[in-house]
Parts: sequence; C-alpha cells; structure tokens
Amino acid sequence: MPVPILKQGDVLIAFIQAALTDKDLVRFRDELGEAVGRWRSRAVVIDVTALDVIDSFATRTVRGIAHTARLRGARTLVVGIQPDVAFAMVQLGLTLEGVTTALDLEDGLALLEEGGQRGSSDAR
Amino acid sequence: MQDERVSIEHEADIVTARQKARELAAASGLSRTEQTLIATAISEVARNIVSYARRGEVVLALLEDHGRHGVLVVATDEGPGIADPELALKDGYSTSSSMGMGLPGARRLMDEFELETAVGKGTKITMRKWSR
Repeated sequence: MPVPILKQGDVLIAFIQAALTDKDLVRFRDELGEAVGRWRSRAVVIDVTALDVIDSFATRTVRGIAHTARLRGARTLVVGIQPDVAFAMVQLGLTLEGVTTALDLEDGLALLEEGGQRGSSDAR
Repeated sequence: MQDERVSIEHEADIVTARQKARELAAASGLSRTEQTLIATAISEVARNIVSYARRGEVVLALLEDHGRHGVLVVATDEGPGIADPELALKDGYSTSSSMGMGLPGARRLMDEFELETAVGKGTKITMRKWSR
C-alpha cells in the first residue's frame, strides 16, 4: 500500500495509513526524499493520525524519514500522534529526537506559517 | 471468543497479529489505551520472530481471574534462541540494527512477561495484560 504524498505549495503532506508494513514505510522514505527534490519543497508534514501502533521500528523509520527530508533541505513535522500511541511510546522508551511535532495537521501547517517560532522544536 | 492463532512468517503477519489482539482486548473490555499497549508489545515480539527466527506464531487468548479480564499473548518460535536473555532484556541492547527496545519495551508495556529460550531450540515469550 503506497503512502499518498500531497503537494500543497512548497509543503509536502504525507498521510501514513494504519497497517503499513515495514516495506511500505521504507519505500515511503525513499519516495519522500526524491519528492522533496522534485517539488523543491521547503517542508514535509507527516500525518500519523491513522497509526494505531508506533513501535520501535516505526519510530526509527519516522525518525529516518524526518532526517532524510531535513538533509534534503526541508523542515519536517510529525503531526497527529494519538494520545494512547504517545503513552505506549513513552512506556517503550521511544523518542523522536530532533523531530518537530504538532497536535494535528492544522496545527502543523499553522506552525510552518509562523516559521516555527513556537512549540517544541526538539521532541526529546 | 476462541483462542486466536496467528502464524508469523512475513512482516504483514505482524500487523495481523496486533489487529487480532486489539479485537480480543476490546472484546474483553480493556480500554483503548490498554489495547494499544498490547498491540505495541505484540508488534515488538512478532518483529523479533520475523527478524531472528524467520517464522513462529502468536497465540492470543482471553483471561479471566476473579472477575478481572485480560489478554494472554504467547509468542513462540523455533529460531536460534537468545544466548544471553538477561542482556536481551536490557534497554538499548541489540544484535541487529534495531534500537534494542523490543523485548525490554514489551515487558514494560505488559503486566506480566516471561521469557524462555534455549540456544538452537527457540524462544517462547508469555505476556499478560489485565484490565484496570
């Protein structure tokens, strides 16, 4: 199942669906890195609202995606981590170091418009 | 509801196992947060099966004890086993490229966690989560 990547101005928005396999996530990482160059995107928003589980593999992949996009010159935001998923991540000891997070897509886009002056720049 | 048996061979089976666990946990009245903790723990142990043992299975069952409800998860494989189980349960230890959060993380997510393993024979992980 491919991850849909939406282009909105100079922002790419990717909606990660539930029940993605590891292979889907890895393919998504590669496609996104390429898409940032193709569209000359300044920012990438990864919406994980639909993910009902974020385990250590998914965390590592999302972190990898965010760092890849940043090395390609785009800011990356992860939005929509559900409260129970956030709690499970804390229990697991998982962190999204260096990845900006926002409550949801709306909040994430607002944060980008403000130039990211607000909020947690380091979700440690 | 009967026991659910999910054979784990491909990574897509990890998703199946955690979905079945969520259904079972919901049926036994566990909260959404508890369902997520169980599904995440299963994701970690099932991924270990795919990464290290190639194949195995996850068996899920409902538990009841003096009016308390819960979910039992038994993950077994006939893979290489774990040479140093104590080390494998330490945070940050991994023989692969993962973060080494899998087993210790799964243990923290569940209420009960037992690891039986023998080198060359396989691994059995028994976990339980009870409703609050």
